[in-house]
Amino acid sequence: MSVIVVLIGVSVIIAGGFLAAFLWAVRSGQYEDKYTPSVRMLFDDEEKEKK
Amino acid sequence: MGQESNLNTTDNLICYHCGDVCKDNSINKEEKFFCCQSCKLVYEILEDNKLCKYYDLESAPGISPAVRSAIKFEYLDDEHVKRQLIDFDDGRISAVSFQIPQMHCSSCIWLLENLYKLNAGITHSQVDFLQKKLTVKFLNEKTTLRKIAETLDSLGYEPFINLDATEKKSKSDHLKKLYYKVGIAGFAFGNVMLLSFPEYLGLERLTDPGFHRLFGILNLILSLPVFFYSSSEYYISAWKGLRNKVVNIDFPLFLGILVLFIRSTYEVITQTGAGYFDSLTGLVFFLLIGKVFQSKTYDTMSFDRTYKSYFPLSATVIKGGKETTIPVSKLNTGDRIVIRNNEIIPADAILFLGDANIDYSFVTGESLPVQKVIGEIIYAGGRQAGGVIELEVLTDISQSYLTQLWNNDAFAKDEESKLQSFSNRLSKQFTFVILALATGAAAYHITYTLDMAVNVFTAVLIVACPCALALAIPFTLGNVMRIFGRNGFYIKNASVTERLSKITSIVFDKTGTITQGRKSEISFIGEELNDFELSLVKTLVRHSTHPLSRKIYEHLGAYEAFETQDFSEKTGKGISGIVLNNLLAAGSPEFITGKTFESSNLPFGNSSRVYLSINNAVKGFFTISNVYRQGLVEVISDFEKDYDLHLLSGDNESERAFLQSYFKDPLQMHFNQQPENKLKYIKAMQKEGLNVLMIGDGLNDAGALKQSNVGISVSEDVSNFSPACDAILDSEDFPKLKDFVMFSKQSIHIIITSFAISFMYNIVVLIFALQGMLKPIIAAILMPVSSISVVVFCVIATNYLAKQHKFR
Repeated sequence: MSVIVVLIGVSVIIAGGFLAAFLWAVRSGQYEDKYTPSVRMLFDDEEKEKK
Repeated sequence: MGQESNLNTTDNLICYHCGDVCKDNSINKEEKFFCCQSCKLVYEILEDNKLCKYYDLESAPGISPAVRSAIKFEYLDDEHVKRQLIDFDDGRISAVSFQIPQMHCSSCIWLLENLYKLNAGITHSQVDFLQKKLTVKFLNEKTTLRKIAETLDSLGYEPFINLDATEKKSKSDHLKKLYYKVGIAGFAFGNVMLLSFPEYLGLERLTDPGFHRLFGILNLILSLPVFFYSSSEYYISAWKGLRNKVVNIDFPLFLGILVLFIRSTYEVITQTGAGYFDSLTGLVFFLLIGKVFQSKTYDTMSFDRTYKSYFPLSATVIKGGKETTIPVSKLNTGDRIVIRNNEIIPADAILFLGDANIDYSFVTGESLPVQKVIGEIIYAGGRQAGGVIELEVLTDISQSYLTQLWNNDAFAKDEESKLQSFSNRLSKQFTFVILALATGAAAYHITYTLDMAVNVFTAVLIVACPCALALAIPFTLGNVMRIFGRNGFYIKNASVTERLSKITSIVFDKTGTITQGRKSEISFIGEELNDFELSLVKTLVRHSTHPLSRKIYEHLGAYEAFETQDFSEKTGKGISGIVLNNLLAAGSPEFITGKTFESSNLPFGNSSRVYLSINNAVKGFFTISNVYRQGLVEVISDFEKDYDLHLLSGDNESERAFLQSYFKDPLQMHFNQQPENKLKYIKAMQKEGLNVLMIGDGLNDAGALKQSNVGISVSEDVSNFSPACDAILDSEDFPKLKDFVMFSKQSIHIIITSFAISFMYNIVVLIFALQGMLKPIIAAILMPVSSISVVVFCVIATNYLAKQHKFR
């Protein structure tokens, strides 16, 4: 049964990883503008390829 | 404008740049036609820089740029102004953000993010479309703030520069913190639920007691950040409320959270139970989700603008015979300033040179521009229509006649004081009842054991935690706010709905609110004029800058125009001239007919008149009248039954007779109202215990909008300037006004109903709690079920009612 202790530990660490990812995403401003990136990704970036 | 398009004889050539109809095909390049030289110029700039993809993303995406002046942005070279605008500067690279209200499509985003191709000093530019914000990073040695502004301006994206646009940052910081809190609470909630499963399933006797203890401690650790960080706002708010002697909705929440935490911690440490950490983290998580839902705001709109953002930032000053631009804040008494067509007068000043035709419609509500002669005082805020004028500054902006309104108490008033809200009143009674109940139950059980008494006391407080109520309000009001927003009615925050539901009286402004801003209806009464005669009239009025002449000129847009000889204009009387050997005159009735009219005998109705004579024969007159908003009749007759209607106009009484048919009581119609009069009028109404809804549009209503219980500003373009108010209404949706008010009333009923639902849950659980039988599993099931069912009910009910009102 002591394997449960390990499993619990692993699950908390994984969940903690997702939490950290979420906090990082908020911190880096990904939740500030939820519209423009959806348009921006549709522009072709030929110019950059030429460089 | 309907008549004009009928007369339009040219084929519908669409400007390649901006999509407007071209007058003719004279301005073109490579089979592409443009409506004006400035549009063509923008096209050429883009073509030279290989940016024509701009036109492929969307058709005719451009904006026709305003008339350019070489020194328009000169003030951006001023060190003081620069420091205020630049966000960041490390000596080599600077970052600045501009508001660009004109951006409207994906082409705009593309072009603005490719600015580096136009200006080599720009290293990076990024658009935030919803906020209409452009952030630019640039090399200090290669370019300057002024040059960037000029680049943008040359493309038609004139940046809107506002020196007190600093408050935006704190808002996004606040939202970030809220996201952190939700993230942490959600994380803890999920894990605590998982660790509580043995408890739910009654497995604790089957497993090792060691696990039981370990899970309890893990739950406690996971709940610590939720208790200390995620829910901190509730403690602060409850404490603030108590200090102001108000028991607000956050107080019982705070009690619930505190008791949940203490009791659970006690149970885990003494190993007497598993605690209610799942309920605690779940409660905080749901509450915070509600907060996120309610925090929806309209980024592009500003509800707190003062005169400062309406006034220009810079003024053109003549010093030693040379024109320079300086920030308006540096204007001194005695400075000589130059104002061009369509510019705003920044300070009270004396007219020195030129023909002044000042349009005060936005400032005072007068619908027609005012002509001023040299030596007269011109008050700040008016907009010059016509040629260039020179003025001598009399006072600072902050001291000028109009801006003194902002020294009134209404503007110093704390926003919070308006907010003795419904939820707070409810929660006050609620808290006392619960505390009494908990103490009563504890007192009853204390006769058996102390343990039991404490148990019951805490259980009651936990159960009674008004979680459902705290969720019903943000979800209902948040959803109402979204529905309003979809229908062109943008409210500042959710509490506006609550205030709107309690309105008893409605005050309307006239110009721009119940009439359409710049539109006017022109018709000719008298002998019918043929096309040739109309062409003659057009030729004559073309030479005059008088606003009535301009309106007639625009009205006759499609007719041909000829040469005029011997043109003369008599200020305040009329104009005359010879066109193709015909003597034409237009102006006041005295000027044309030679007779004097008693003004009371004139059947003026709701219009201004311009008389016309051709070769000394009086032909008749043009009537120029305000156009009332569509649906005005319906809106007023709808409101009339249940509300007390008033009219406050800054304009003269010429339309009183006409408006009498709408506003039945002549004592509630007031004309020639100064901004302070409007404010005082509202104040007096409030003293009588009335809840006033003010509907206005211009700066002259600013005081009244601020003083009223709810101030709605009607706007033709919602991203344009509108004075400080609680809500902005798109003029297109003016006919729905009554529906908005009714809907806000109904939303309060929804909240009351959902409160009844949650109360039923509470009674069921209370029965368990009072007997000291509240098992964690029951709490763990009932808490989310009651919360979710209340949230679902609120959202479905508001959406259903929105459908009933035929909202989008």
